[in-house]
Amino acid sequence: MSDTAVPAIKPSVPEEQPVIPQPLVELHGWGRASGTLSHLAHIDSVADAVSALRRSDDRGVVPRGLGRSYGDAAQNAGGTALDLTRMNRILSVDASSEPATVTVQAGVSLDLLMRALLPFGLWVPVLPGTRQVTVGGAIAADVHGKNHHTQGSFGNHVLSLELLMADGKVRTLTPDGDTKALFWATIGGMGLTGAILAATVAMQRTESAYFLVDTDRTADIDDLMARMSQEDENYTYSVAWFDAVTKGRHMGRAVLTRGNKAAVADLPVKLKRDPLRFVAPSLGTLPEIFPNRMINKATAKAFSTAWYFKAPKHRTGELQNITQFFHPLDMVAEWNRVYGPNGFLQYQFVVPFDEAEAFRRCLEMIVNSGHLSCLNVLKRFGAGNPSPLSFPMPGWTLTVDLPIEQGLDKLCDALDTEVVGAGGRVYLAKDSRLSASTFRKMYPRLDEFLAVRREVDPTGMFNSDLARRLELSNPTTGGAA
Amino acid sequence: MINAVGAPQSLLLLGGTSDIALAIARKYARSGLRVVVAARPSDRRTAAATELKGLDCDVTEVDLDARDHQSHVATIDQAFSGGDIDIAVIAFGLLGDPEQAWHDPDLALELAEVNYTAPVHLGVLLGQRMQAQAHGWIVALSSVAGERVRRSNFVYGSTKAGFDGFFMGLGEALRDYGVHVLVVRPGFVKSKMTSGLDEAPLAVTPDQVAEAVVDGVKSKRELVWVPGPLRVVMSGLRHVPRPLFRRLPL
Repeated sequence: MSDTAVPAIKPSVPEEQPVIPQPLVELHGWGRASGTLSHLAHIDSVADAVSALRRSDDRGVVPRGLGRSYGDAAQNAGGTALDLTRMNRILSVDASSEPATVTVQAGVSLDLLMRALLPFGLWVPVLPGTRQVTVGGAIAADVHGKNHHTQGSFGNHVLSLELLMADGKVRTLTPDGDTKALFWATIGGMGLTGAILAATVAMQRTESAYFLVDTDRTADIDDLMARMSQEDENYTYSVAWFDAVTKGRHMGRAVLTRGNKAAVADLPVKLKRDPLRFVAPSLGTLPEIFPNRMINKATAKAFSTAWYFKAPKHRTGELQNITQFFHPLDMVAEWNRVYGPNGFLQYQFVVPFDEAEAFRRCLEMIVNSGHLSCLNVLKRFGAGNPSPLSFPMPGWTLTVDLPIEQGLDKLCDALDTEVVGAGGRVYLAKDSRLSASTFRKMYPRLDEFLAVRREVDPTGMFNSDLARRLELSNPTTGGAA
Repeated sequence: MINAVGAPQSLLLLGGTSDIALAIARKYARSGLRVVVAARPSDRRTAAATELKGLDCDVTEVDLDARDHQSHVATIDQAFSGGDIDIAVIAFGLLGDPEQAWHDPDLALELAEVNYTAPVHLGVLLGQRMQAQAHGWIVALSSVAGERVRRSNFVYGSTKAGFDGFFMGLGEALRDYGVHVLVVRPGFVKSKMTSGLDEAPLAVTPDQVAEAVVDGVKSKRELVWVPGPLRVVMSGLRHVPRPLFRRLPL
């Protein structure tokens, strides 16, 4: 391993002085369902991070970005959370190399990265459903987007990263060579191998900030899956919203949107003048006024029907901007408030392609459960990457947003059983409820991850609520301590 | 940690052989739930552990002797050795014969120790642990007997009055640390503790108490009465003048 000693650290708190305890603040994920109190340390520099690490007690530390993981991954009850969002500098760009690369601090958001690099014709290789995630978080959760079936997840595009480890040293990791085991354990490692401080990412080139999009309404789930299976490879980006409320004959009817990057030649004259313009309208921030049960039978049915019929039955070659195509929800800040104070959870699972029947049964369970989900996404994944804890694998992935209500635990447990039986898994960045034993069954390469963790963090200094829940926190005993 | 859908990952039953503690454990039981059953070593403890293992829980038995205060530290250490505790239930207690209790100093002392001193000592130890982990619930099984102490069982009632006050206060003290205390005030519970006694009005089963505990934790309550209407009854009784109160058949 290439050890890079931290250069000339001046800890912000001299060690001999008594440490003023940081106040406890409530941290929760985007689902707002299981908040706990952590000591929040604002990190401005590598030295700050090292000093926070030294000050931590046996509750440990967890890195935190913009808090967009849905569950309890970036909180650490009684311990410390390192807020890395101030580490948001773009350190260097090399647009002439092939591929073009950018080196950023971990707290740079994909939004910032996109705004900064689009003018140079550089495109972020993987965009999840929101741009409001940090590069560090995107790596730690190994996020995916609509192009997974063609271009893989975020980790596939990381050329190197700087990891602050439990011993207080910063190491440079690369996907090949001596450090590859730790590199791939860090991809999708949920911040449990160390704190990612910086990364070099391979960027793509683009002529425009627009997309040529084909939209199709499908009659039911079978129609949808058949079309995706046959035609997805013609598109770089593909995703379907489906109706998870309507039962019976039209179960799983969907709006399928697929597209490719538009070339300048595809643009109308007006847009040709500024093909790389980034259009990111904001409709404002949702106020904290919504009660629980806003999503009820009436609103969910109305929304789902409207969403389905507002889409054209078949339209090709429509020009859409980034926000329209990728991030319609980014137009409304704090949209998670619509679920009320009880919060919600997002259940996302993947099952292999040959388990389409299990997939169907899961969908039926959700539709018939009485739990209502409006934002439902279906996608085909391509090949996974070497990371032991990365979520994507070749297969069907489905995401539903479910408000927290009585009986939701039973539905999720039943879905888990079906998913495990099919050799599938749920996505840790979305998870806030999986049990340790089920998690083990879903991630058969867990022992590989734990072996790396035992080596680099034997006492479990990097720790989180998710780690305790899934019994990852003590790498030596494998226990929840 | 109690997860997003309200399911705890771990449970500590102090007085793990009590009917109410077991009823609570049955409500939360799911595959992989860690349950620490703390009680005196006995066949009843073994039976309790066996039953919970049968529900696919991951059970550990720990020795707890309420009257041996020295041993409490070890009990709590062992209880937390497997990781954080999400919900700790304080369910042990002693009823005793009410008339014997105020004539027999040894029995009076035993009631005071088991029902008050030991819960306070264990409550402080639990509070320290929970404060450090910055999450968790302490469920303290109090009694309506402590709400207004009556002549008919005043030794027991006085211990529960102290118990109740301590845990209500502990809940206030731990609020800022993300730790919740739920004080449960059941009326007459049809359990082995009360077997042989005449049933009082509004009597409940351990299962109903457990139901109220689960609801109380879910809705983040600080105090629940079981059954609910007891709250109204007791708030009336609280204000009855003593000369009249004395004549009531309570």
